[in-house]
Amino acid sequence: MPNKNTMAAILSTDFDRVLSGWLKAQTKEGVKRADLVSAEESKEQSRDLLSAIADALPDAAVDSELDLTETVWDPIRDVLETITENRTQRGVSTTEMGWFIGSLKQPLFEILHTELADKPTEFMREMWNSTRLIDQISLHAIESLVEKREATIERQRAEMTEVSAPVVKIWDRIVTVPLIGTLDSFRAQTVMENILDAIVQWEAEVAIIDITGVSTVDTLVAQHLLKTAAAVRLMGAECVICGISPKIAQTVVNLGVELPNITTRVDLESGLAYAFDRVGVTVARG
Amino acid sequence: MTLRKSVTLKTHGDIAYARQVAGELMVEIEASAIKRTKFVTAVSEIARNAINYGQGGVITFHLAEASGRKRALAVCTDRGPGIEDVDAALRDGFSTGKSLGLGLGGAKRLVDQFEIVSTPGSGTRVSLECGPR
Ligand SMILES: Nc1ncnc2c1ncn2[C@@H]1O[C@H](COP(=O)(O)OP(=O)(O)O)[C@@H](O)[C@H]1O
Ligand SMILES: [Mg+2]
Repeated sequence: MPNKNTMAAILSTDFDRVLSGWLKAQTKEGVKRADLVSAEESKEQSRDLLSAIADALPDAAVDSELDLTETVWDPIRDVLETITENRTQRGVSTTEMGWFIGSLKQPLFEILHTELADKPTEFMREMWNSTRLIDQISLHAIESLVEKREATIERQRAEMTEVSAPVVKIWDRIVTVPLIGTLDSFRAQTVMENILDAIVQWEAEVAIIDITGVSTVDTLVAQHLLKTAAAVRLMGAECVICGISPKIAQTVVNLGVELPNITTRVDLESGLAYAFDRVGVTVARG
Repeated sequence: MTLRKSVTLKTHGDIAYARQVAGELMVEIEASAIKRTKFVTAVSEIARNAINYGQGGVITFHLAEASGRKRALAVCTDRGPGIEDVDAALRDGFSTGKSLGLGLGGAKRLVDQFEIVSTPGSGTRVSLECGPR
């Protein structure tokens, strides 16, 4: 066995033994979480990770030069990303994640012990190298898990910033509503209802919808805008959509969305100018 | 090609998150604002389809590098019913839902490279690739 990378040698000759030893250790340490992750999934994930390790090891430095951010370890980080994404979704804890990977030491140490029984110095060195590697992988997984959790919070925040849409009467017979955030969900329905209610309440003739604060106009958002404009028209009023940036205009055209019979203006100011004109207000400069 | 992030698509909030990750990736490849908007919008369409028609799925974001040029790649996979007639689904105005039927065709027009592989009974995979300019 070459001195340089004993772990690589073990994994190339004893892969299946290490894998089955690892799966057994996972069960024994109670980190398998069979309730959350199925046996097949666990096995598949363990095999993927071990294969990635086995593939990277021959070309990697595992001594004090070990650096998990090097490109040779890319596949491992990819596999970890998939595993942690899967496990975060299932609610696996950081401790369980750490132990899931940490329990790989058990079969590895056992083999090292057999192979290097009469070479205590080498045995110590290999123990230390493999501990360092497995701990780093485990720490990386935990970090990634924590990152994912933060992302979940971020995700919820993204959801919460979904449109808040106060409809305001800004002039006799003119209402405006600035849309901010995303227009994904059923909230679009609320926005439409708010506008229609405001039109009735203030006997408005023009409703200005300002979408400057909407970052993405996809086909669903476009459909909501079309529906809203149609409903506003049914109420005898008119809808003006303003705040369509050049990049959004281009994207909407690429999507193939047409906005027939909808008045659009670049910004709120020109939208307002149009509305004044519609309701017969003349703006004079003083 | 390196994996940057994978986003599980289950709820509509996940679409917003996928868009955010798509936007971050475009910033990483130093894409122009217009390219970013296009890629993010295409991702939004494809992610929503996976949820609406594909029983949910996962979208992975990768950074690809070809001859020194960075590119963004998104691959959305679901294990839903798949699409019987992909050409029909790509046609503008075709929808089995109550929507505009412009998502697939639109996404294809928004990105530099578009690929869809769908197997009836086992699922759909859509890949979107975009350069910075
Ligand atoms: N991931 C998917 N799985 C199954 N069917 C799909 C999927 N994506 C799209 N489709 C089918 O293709 C059609 C067209 O999709 P799209 O162009 O996005 O329009 P829309 O979402 O408005 O229906 C959908 O109505 C649906 O029948
Ligand atoms: Mg769609």
